[in-house]
Amino acid sequence: MNSKTLKLISNFWNWIFLIFILIFLEGWARIVYGSTFLLNPFVLQSVLLFTAAPLLIGIGQTFVIISGGIDLSVAFAMGLASVIFATVIKSLAPELGYIAVLIGFGVTCLVMLIPGFINGTLISRLNVPPFIGTLGMYGVARGTGYLTADGMTVPVNNDFLFYLGTGKIFGIPIPVLVAIFFVIIAHYILTYTKFGQYTYALGGNRQAAIRSGINVKRHILLLYMLCAFCAGIAGMIYTARFSAGAPQAGEPLMLDAIAAVFIGGASFFGGSGKIIGTVIGALIIAVIQFGIVFIDIKPFWQFVVVGIVIIVAVIVDQSKNKLKGERTDE
Amino acid sequence: MNKVLDVKSVSKRFGGVQALNDVSIHLNEGEVLALAGDNGAGKSTLIKVVSGVYHPDDGNIIFNNENIQLDNPRFAREKGIETIYQDLALADNLNVGANIFLGREPMTTKLGVPIIDRELMLSESKKVLKNLEINIPESSLEEPVGKLSGGQRQAVAIGRALYWNAKLLIMDEPTAALGVPEQRNVMDLIKKLKEQKVSIIFISHNLTDIFQASDRIVVLRRGIKAGERIISETNSDEIVKLMVQG
Repeated sequence: MNSKTLKLISNFWNWIFLIFILIFLEGWARIVYGSTFLLNPFVLQSVLLFTAAPLLIGIGQTFVIISGGIDLSVAFAMGLASVIFATVIKSLAPELGYIAVLIGFGVTCLVMLIPGFINGTLISRLNVPPFIGTLGMYGVARGTGYLTADGMTVPVNNDFLFYLGTGKIFGIPIPVLVAIFFVIIAHYILTYTKFGQYTYALGGNRQAAIRSGINVKRHILLLYMLCAFCAGIAGMIYTARFSAGAPQAGEPLMLDAIAAVFIGGASFFGGSGKIIGTVIGALIIAVIQFGIVFIDIKPFWQFVVVGIVIIVAVIVDQSKNKLKGERTDE
Repeated sequence: MNKVLDVKSVSKRFGGVQALNDVSIHLNEGEVLALAGDNGAGKSTLIKVVSGVYHPDDGNIIFNNENIQLDNPRFAREKGIETIYQDLALADNLNVGANIFLGREPMTTKLGVPIIDRELMLSESKKVLKNLEINIPESSLEEPVGKLSGGQRQAVAIGRALYWNAKLLIMDEPTAALGVPEQRNVMDLIKKLKEQKVSIIFISHNLTDIFQASDRIVVLRRGIKAGERIISETNSDEIVKLMVQG
């Protein structure tokens, strides 16, 4: 194979891999069950619903990782948002209906800026490494979530919320539409605005960004606030889907969301990555998780498979730099 | 002659280290000032004060007859002070146009939505490189600058500084990382810019470069100004003496 083909494969391996698993599952469905995987609307909807929350967390994470950071607190920020959203709606009179949901949305959005603000301040002003700062926030958000919920889940009874969580528009579940909306916005910001450009510059060469007059401290602060906000949206979606707020809502998603970003082609060292990559990454993980249930093997295999895919993603990222002819220290 | 820059009695301390102690320099329009001195003499600190990266503890900076407070590099750039650092300060993951415009991206609208004007960035980069007679293959312009050669990267850094009509250009060891033909190109470029009335401060260890390109030299030693000479009235022996003895 020539280097051009190799380059193409290394750039699009995640697409190829996704298509490969889809073909495999479709083949399995036809041969074993005599049915279909891809053309089954239930399957498609389930996979997309599976994808929505980790994808939303992954969107914020994509920005942070491109800038050369990481946010470990998002999973419990999501749980915290889920609990706050549920608690606010529950505390309001049920006859308020959709107004209660809107108030809950507003309050949750505002509250979610706090963990992001603290993360961003720790990292940008106090020079705490992102890994440690957000690990601390992971604990704080987790504890605050459980304390707010008093260690339980917070059930809510609101018809409008129930509709948001389970309703469909043109056959597409509303949480999926919300995720698509944020994907488009995030793609626009990252690719077409100065904010996105500065995020890449920050991950590529922090000094260059500073000397170009970019307000790097403010930018980092905004990045972590954006990340917490995205986690907040994911948390509210959770509450809507299950009509309950749960502090542990995001727990299994922390690594899934980070994995989605890396499987999507972002570099661990910052400076590269794309929203569409994260979408593919999140889809791959969701398809693997759903597919393993679908072909009826022990669900624990999903952890093994997703783990292997993450490692492959990093290896591909490393070899990609070599293929691109960038200088390496070897 | 018109005084462009007047740095008056600037001091800067980092913890226990007095990096600059009561240093004054000035620069006339279209003049090339060389800044020499041993390692740790304070050359880099001095140019970082002028380019707004460091805030001096004492002293003031007068640029174009205006007392200016340079709180960050953006102010300096807005005033027309551009700096090319030794490490070039390029974002290796971005392409030539993105680097030239970093921090000052032009915007346009598409379907009513504001977006960064990448086409303009590309075409303007081509223009500025062409003006400087810098050759970077067209196909490389849209690749990350991390893939370019040392000379090409230097060219991008110079192009970035000049695109913004710098009145004062500061160059930190502009030839240090370059091969011999590329060094000559940079020296030619300095002469060309001088003709265009750009004032230049450049740091160099290379006395040949200094004598070839500059009009005046300031020697720093351990944070103080050890001496100042008109190039035509001095020789390298005297400069070396100033550098080591003061």
